[in-house]
Amino acid sequence: MASFVSNVSTLVESGLRGPALTRRRALALQVTAVAAFLALWSALAGLVVLLELFNPIFLPGPWLVVEALAALAAKGELWVHVAATLERVAIGFGTGAALGVALGLGAGQLAPVRNVVEPLVELLRPIPPLAMLPLFIVWVGIGEPSKIGFITYATFFPIFLTTVTGVRQIDPVLLRAARSLGASGLALFTRVILPAALPDILTGLRLGVALAFFVIVISEFIGAEHGLGYLINDGRNFFLVPQMLGAAVVLGLLGYAGNGLVRLLERRLTRWQHPA
Amino acid sequence: MTTAGSPKIQIRRVAKAFGAAGRAPALAEIDLDVAERELVCILGPSGCGKSTLLNIVAGFLPPTAGSVLVDGHPVTGPGPERGVVFQEYALFPWLTVTGNVEFGPRLQARPAAERKQTVDRYLDLVGLRAHADKVPAQLSGGMKQRVAIARALANNPAVILMDEPFGALDAQTRETLQDELSKIQRVEHKTILFVTHSIREAVYLADRVVVMTSVPGRIRQVFPIKLPEIRDRFAPEFTQYEADITRVVKEEVAKVHE
Repeated sequence: MASFVSNVSTLVESGLRGPALTRRRALALQVTAVAAFLALWSALAGLVVLLELFNPIFLPGPWLVVEALAALAAKGELWVHVAATLERVAIGFGTGAALGVALGLGAGQLAPVRNVVEPLVELLRPIPPLAMLPLFIVWVGIGEPSKIGFITYATFFPIFLTTVTGVRQIDPVLLRAARSLGASGLALFTRVILPAALPDILTGLRLGVALAFFVIVISEFIGAEHGLGYLINDGRNFFLVPQMLGAAVVLGLLGYAGNGLVRLLERRLTRWQHPA
Repeated sequence: MTTAGSPKIQIRRVAKAFGAAGRAPALAEIDLDVAERELVCILGPSGCGKSTLLNIVAGFLPPTAGSVLVDGHPVTGPGPERGVVFQEYALFPWLTVTGNVEFGPRLQARPAAERKQTVDRYLDLVGLRAHADKVPAQLSGGMKQRVAIARALANNPAVILMDEPFGALDAQTRETLQDELSKIQRVEHKTILFVTHSIREAVYLADRVVVMTSVPGRIRQVFPIKLPEIRDRFAPEFTQYEADITRVVKEEVAKVHE
């Protein structure tokens, strides 16, 4: 605990982006923070039991959550739910990303496409995607298509908008330079427009992944038989709080991993922005 | 189509006006020829339309009237036979130095061995062979502009258009790059149209200096620079040219303020 406090003081001294922290120290700080959070949670859960504050079923300690997850895993159920959620996210996000990037590239480059697509997007975008979920269910039923379509719908917007921004922000002098070197049509697109817009496209993908995990849970609350959202809702019906928390933790980890994957892609593809 | 000895660039009665119904004339009736292997500097008060003229020759802007011929072919848009070096360098930030220099040859689908030869040759010429694998973010302004020059040369254009290429550099780097361009020109003998607002730069580099009037820009006077290929900025003949041209430019600048 003493070392944690001293770490905080260095954090304060050097600021959030201070260069003073070495990689190892940064990692140590992050691990300490997570451990401290778990310790606090455990202490609270323990206090509830000791002092009989309220029914401990409402706040199970982390060990009970792990236990519940282990039990689900042992029964082989956990993977079914994880797989169901991941499949919906993969298909829904994949479709949303493909549509968002394709239409975004088109709208970014061609004024006619932009003038057709953008007003529609601007009209629909302010509506919280969740408000559209019941409509999706009414239109295509409560099965897989509505869940996947809903993710596609929700992830499309940030990806479309960042892609348009990415294309529109390309320095015109780069396009002039490319044309003067003989690039036009497809070559101009693949060699200049796409790489120049890539950082913004990747930002959109990262937002899209986060949003996909955000909306999948809610669509799995309704009419699903598998999936982590289903697991949470099922836990609520039967007062299985450890199961609810366990599913939430797994969702958090999956979202974290998804974000990490896109970040990895970003680092690989846009290394030129931050050369060593 | 072209006959030997005919001018490489022919600017014929080119005029340009901006705004609705041409309310803001920028250029009025420019006639100018640039011969093969000639380096012509266009000089003038700021806003006289000298960059506009270059953009018209590059094909980035259509003229309001008149036409531009390069090797006898009318200019209708940008093209690889007219290489451009921009003040802002305009390097592709996601490509390495090599990637930038071989951008043109790659578009022409030149074989890898030939591309490597081309890249090596021009990086040697601008002294950046050791930096071939860096990306633009790792280079200084002077190095970036050297890459941009190498990139333009590697595409082997018929003419090179340079739009205040050293304008963003500090005075020291500026003179170094002038020295290098002069050296390159003694080897490569390109046809170059070079826009600048520096009289010294123009006298140092040009075979002919074209002084433009204030807006709407016309050609005020053309000074053939009869100095040796290797020039001395402190030679009396050099400073005489500088003084003569300065007098004319000052008259034009004064007109702007009237």
